[in-house]
Amino acid sequence: MRSERPPALLAALAIVGVAFFILPLAGLLARAPWQTALGDLTTPEALTALRLSFVVSVAATLLALLLGVPLAWIYARVPFRGRDVVRALTTLPMILPPVVGGVALLFAFGRRGLFGPALDAIGIRLPFTTFGAILAGTFVAMPFLVLTVEAGLRSMDRRYEDAARTLGAGRWLVFRRVTLPLIAPSVYAGAVLCWARALGEFGATITFAGNLPGTTQTLPLAVYIALETRPEVAIMLSLVLLAVSLAVLIAMRDRYLRAF
Amino acid sequence: MRAARALVVAAAVVSGACSTSSTAVDAPLGGDVTVFAASSLVDAFARIGDEMKKANPGARFIFNFGSSSTLATQITNGAPADVFASADETNMRKIVDAELAGGVPKAFAGNRLEIAVAAGNPKKIGALADLARADVVLVLAAPTVPAGRYALEALTKAGVTARPVSQEVDVRAVLNKVSLGEADAGIVYVTDVRSAAGRVTGVPIPEEHQVVARYPVAVVKGSRNAPLANRFIDYLVSPDGQSTLAQFGFSRP
Repeated sequence: MRSERPPALLAALAIVGVAFFILPLAGLLARAPWQTALGDLTTPEALTALRLSFVVSVAATLLALLLGVPLAWIYARVPFRGRDVVRALTTLPMILPPVVGGVALLFAFGRRGLFGPALDAIGIRLPFTTFGAILAGTFVAMPFLVLTVEAGLRSMDRRYEDAARTLGAGRWLVFRRVTLPLIAPSVYAGAVLCWARALGEFGATITFAGNLPGTTQTLPLAVYIALETRPEVAIMLSLVLLAVSLAVLIAMRDRYLRAF
Repeated sequence: MRAARALVVAAAVVSGACSTSSTAVDAPLGGDVTVFAASSLVDAFARIGDEMKKANPGARFIFNFGSSSTLATQITNGAPADVFASADETNMRKIVDAELAGGVPKAFAGNRLEIAVAAGNPKKIGALADLARADVVLVLAAPTVPAGRYALEALTKAGVTARPVSQEVDVRAVLNKVSLGEADAGIVYVTDVRSAAGRVTGVPIPEEHQVVARYPVAVVKGSRNAPLANRFIDYLVSPDGQSTLAQFGFSRP
């Protein structure tokens, strides 16, 4: 890349742009109670939220892998009518306000929702349960995995698959032993992004799953609630989320930040 | 001559009418006033905003509803509120302690608790004790929120240990969970049940377990429109304002 001196106006606006993102972080860091940091992070409410968030975000990622990798494969390999529309529908949560996603989940899988009575009949209740929080996380985070894996599938060298096929391997064997190892970096990247998004999920969770410590009160919900009564706990939990997000972005820098 | 006298009389009548109206209601004020108000006030304040606008056509009232604790946190962190109406004295005290109250807070309304259940009460919930039943899905407001704290006080008075499935962020979220049918019961204010009439049914809480909520209101220091903010508060405590609040089920402070 050729280095170039920017026009003064561009440089000035770019500096404002950087400040816009750095200043809120500075505000958070300035208010952080460093002396009591460890104590704040090990309060029962913080530990409960950390533990639950870990479980929920990992489970949401596993569910997204189970459903998302096959979906990405179909999108990349099977040109069917209306594929673009279906893909748009399944990636909608990337830009849909999460609270809208929560309302939609409620009207579909809530007790009075479209499929609520059917779920109730087989003894499944989703709102106010940890599984409900996992579903909310999967709903908002899976699109990140699907798009990343699909991009990986589209850019992979398909001659290895063809070779395996000519040697007599079945479709499933080819997928498992050739395709999957070849796209593994995309799957890891997609899973990490998906996990980070699920970890930060707030709107759909509080709307669909509610807010109960230990059951559905994940880190972002705990931050929101604690801000009013235990601001120092809220700040420390925020910093945990901040550190994780930053680590994910830095780890993914080759894939996303230096893409162009 | 007679015509001239008639004119004088007419002028006197007109000026008299003006002066009586200006003593009863002060000259209209204009500008914007941002009111941070407890979520239980959402319907009543919308009406009061309309009534205030009738008397002050140039005025605009911007409402920010939420749990009183959220609002107090926002104001102490510098949110540009002109008026703060809290559902409890605890959160008003946060504003007073932060020296952000532009005067002594005035109590303007009272409220009581009620159990909100699905319309028609299919689970036959009759008392606070029923909320501990295993077949009753109960939601409460978070204990950090006034309605959540009041609900816990009422349950304690009744000697009931209830296990809510969710602690919602404000009292309206509790009401929504019941009216959507996701929860069988929630403890909300009498005024909330009334606002959702038809979608929820109220089960009264007996006097000995009741908790009375008292709502204080104050101008926020640094308000850019203190005259209109004060006018809003004066209206709340005036007979007209009190009668509107009473229509929504609020009691006198």
